[in-house]
Amino acid sequence: MSHSTGHQTATPQPLLELRDLAITFSTSNGDVPAVRNAHLTVMPGETVAIVGESGSGKSTTALAAIGLLPANGRVSNGSIIFDGEDITHASEKRIVELRGSSIGMVPQDPMSNLNPVWKIGFQVRETLKANGLPSGPQDVAKVLAEAGLPDAASRANQYPHEFSGGMRQRALIAIGLSCRPRLLIADEPTSALDVTVQRQILDHLDTMTEELGTAVLLITHDLGLAAERAHKVIVMYKGQVVEAGPALKLLTNPRHPYTQKLVASAPSIASRRIESAKKAGVRTQDLLAPSVTATAALDRVIEVEDLTKVFKIRGSWGTSTDFTAVDKVSFSIARGTTTAVVGESGSGKSTVAKMVLGLEGATSGSIRFDGVDITTLGRKEMFDFRRRVQPIFQDPYGSLDPMYNIYRTIEEPLRVHGVGTAKMREKKVRELLDQVALPSAMMQRFPNELSGGQRQRVAIARALALDPEVVICDEAVSALDVLVQAQILNLLADLQSELGLSYLFITHDLAVVRQIADHVAVMEKGKLVEQGTTDQVFDNPTTAYTQALLAAIPGAALELPPEVA
Amino acid sequence: MVWYIVRRFLQLIPVFLGATLLVYFLVFSLPGDATAAICGERGCTPAVVAGLREQYNLDQPFWIQYLLYLKGVLTFDLGTNFSGRPIATIIAEVFPTTAKLAIMALVIEAVFGIVFGLIAGLRKGKIFDSSVLVLSLIVIAVPIFVLGFLMQFLIGVKLQWTNPTVSGDATFTELLLPAVVLGLVSFAYVLRLTRTSIIENVNADYVRTATAKGLSRRRVVVVHVLRNSLIPVVTFLGADLGALMGGAIVTEGIFNVNGVGNTLYRAVLNGDGPMVVSIVTFLILIFCLANLLVDLLYAWLDPRIRYA
Repeated sequence: MSHSTGHQTATPQPLLELRDLAITFSTSNGDVPAVRNAHLTVMPGETVAIVGESGSGKSTTALAAIGLLPANGRVSNGSIIFDGEDITHASEKRIVELRGSSIGMVPQDPMSNLNPVWKIGFQVRETLKANGLPSGPQDVAKVLAEAGLPDAASRANQYPHEFSGGMRQRALIAIGLSCRPRLLIADEPTSALDVTVQRQILDHLDTMTEELGTAVLLITHDLGLAAERAHKVIVMYKGQVVEAGPALKLLTNPRHPYTQKLVASAPSIASRRIESAKKAGVRTQDLLAPSVTATAALDRVIEVEDLTKVFKIRGSWGTSTDFTAVDKVSFSIARGTTTAVVGESGSGKSTVAKMVLGLEGATSGSIRFDGVDITTLGRKEMFDFRRRVQPIFQDPYGSLDPMYNIYRTIEEPLRVHGVGTAKMREKKVRELLDQVALPSAMMQRFPNELSGGQRQRVAIARALALDPEVVICDEAVSALDVLVQAQILNLLADLQSELGLSYLFITHDLAVVRQIADHVAVMEKGKLVEQGTTDQVFDNPTTAYTQALLAAIPGAALELPPEVA
Repeated sequence: MVWYIVRRFLQLIPVFLGATLLVYFLVFSLPGDATAAICGERGCTPAVVAGLREQYNLDQPFWIQYLLYLKGVLTFDLGTNFSGRPIATIIAEVFPTTAKLAIMALVIEAVFGIVFGLIAGLRKGKIFDSSVLVLSLIVIAVPIFVLGFLMQFLIGVKLQWTNPTVSGDATFTELLLPAVVLGLVSFAYVLRLTRTSIIENVNADYVRTATAKGLSRRRVVVVHVLRNSLIPVVTFLGADLGALMGGAIVTEGIFNVNGVGNTLYRAVLNGDGPMVVSIVTFLILIFCLANLLVDLLYAWLDPRIRYA
């Protein structure tokens, strides 16, 4: 999948062509159009990316190509042509023939796409068998090894839950490519993985598909990633293709307003832009959301010293082994600034957040808040401490009580801490909703009636209800679409300068860090391997791990022309 | 795994002690003189009553009685009931009939429940699904004795396809009708459980992935949908087996089956303390073993579950 589209010799017949495709879902409220007039072509061996936010119809469009629409969805207009054959209304038998052998799929979430009750080897074997290929143990091992799974022969005898996320995705890639399909549909193949793993997997997928000459239809929400990996990018918005063209052209000269917004706020591209701009001599601060770095050098609101957390892991026969999740971590947060703790899953960053919040006891070390060690607080002092340090969690769907309406959700901490009268509390809730730019009419609604971005705004309002000094954001924007993510990050930055808040930002996403943090601490396997100001860490990473993390940000390899930057 | 099974067996000890103590205490505190039940309407002479009291340890305080009973159980001597027959012999006599009935009922409810539930789940919202749901609701709502008498009357008396009651031999054909009645209510639950589980799994991501691999519809349904959907169903069936083995007092009563349920019912009516305690204890142990079986089956069906 390099950017060498130039030399196509034979008369090019598109491998996949969608013509004026419309997809409709029948729901209890009547027919809902999901995709309208979608038009795209994929040439043999070419990589085409569809970019869009969740609900844009990008996955639906791609799934329609192998007849995998949900039961209530149907192609209501247009046609799907695969290798010259119209398969729009092909028989079930014909579609089953094509699946696997001619069109493969790598699905989005490696956690839910392997059947938990069958061994990995079994799930590969049945794919080979169903498509009439040799399916002995050595064939299965070969397929898995090709996808970069180490020790494939014995790994094939394990169950999915014994695999890490990255390994599962390799198994799914192995399954998708096992029958040498001519087209591979990759539906957000790495969005659930850590950045470094993401990079390895995408690189491997690139190499494999290039060697095999497989065309790839890549679906992603990350414009940076799409531009880096694909020859052609198609932007979808609300069920329609709004723009299509060569990747770089789209980035440099986006014509549709939605594409322009996307280019402006995609974190991977934004962080690229900062880098290019710095080369041109612009100060980072001018490009970033406003923050108060200069004044806050001495006043440290949180100081963490030699923080250690050891978990006991239960083994067989009543034994237990120690697992050091956090190993002698020290850092501090200056008042009014943002410190980000970055690391991949399993690095111990969330455990740090839990200990700073006082939700998890430390094995050793100290956490000082305003000079007082919180590990020694009694019940009452802890209660007061909770008021001054508030969390915002990752999943806005899981962290709001579905039975509480928005008013009750935001008012609850005030009531628990006995703040004001009912009337005063209501006034406060209105103010808070105003601060997070939600209409106060929303007070009577329930979480399931809100979008992800709106919910995260509610979560922020709840966190701010008690006028805390420190807000701990544990992957607070990771679950959101890029445009919403940008809005929430701006909101957090505005609130910081307005209220003088200090943030502890726990995240795996370095692109986000670059946009919001003043200081960065990088964690690897429980240890803090590097820390410094954001500019220091991003410009001169000293450890190999940080360098690998930075290199793995999608879009890092993009050569942006100066006019974009 | 071995350690887990050993631990589960060790757990049976407190369950056994607690259950026997509780049942023994309840029987002990029943009003009236236990010997009156033995002697019947004519009564016994004071000497005979005293003899009976000594024979059944009724003259001892509660704790001694209980400990003597435990001693008997530990030496595999359940004692005799008030009619003087060894209790172990009676259980050995009636339990096979109940076990046969229970297994027949279980097979009926499992096979029909899973098949109907699978079809209903795959055709959610269609006519088959809706009618099966309504029928199962009726079966659940109507009391078992109504269903029992109804089927006994229709099939046994009117159509005369089978004997309306079960003879002492308890042959397969005779037990068929009571087994159907016994399995009917659980059949409705198995059906609904399977249906819900299928509906949940049929939209799972791994099912879509399996389809994308190029597998046939049949293989996707059997290998990827059905197996995963059976996990909660098997749990229910296992627990139900324990309950069925305990005998069905109503069903056994209607069809005159000489099983555990009927025997227990008579023992309760007669105030036959030793008999009641022994049978209930036996049933509790059976129930615990059935539960252990469920847990092991569960681990076999779902490899994510590992006991240590």
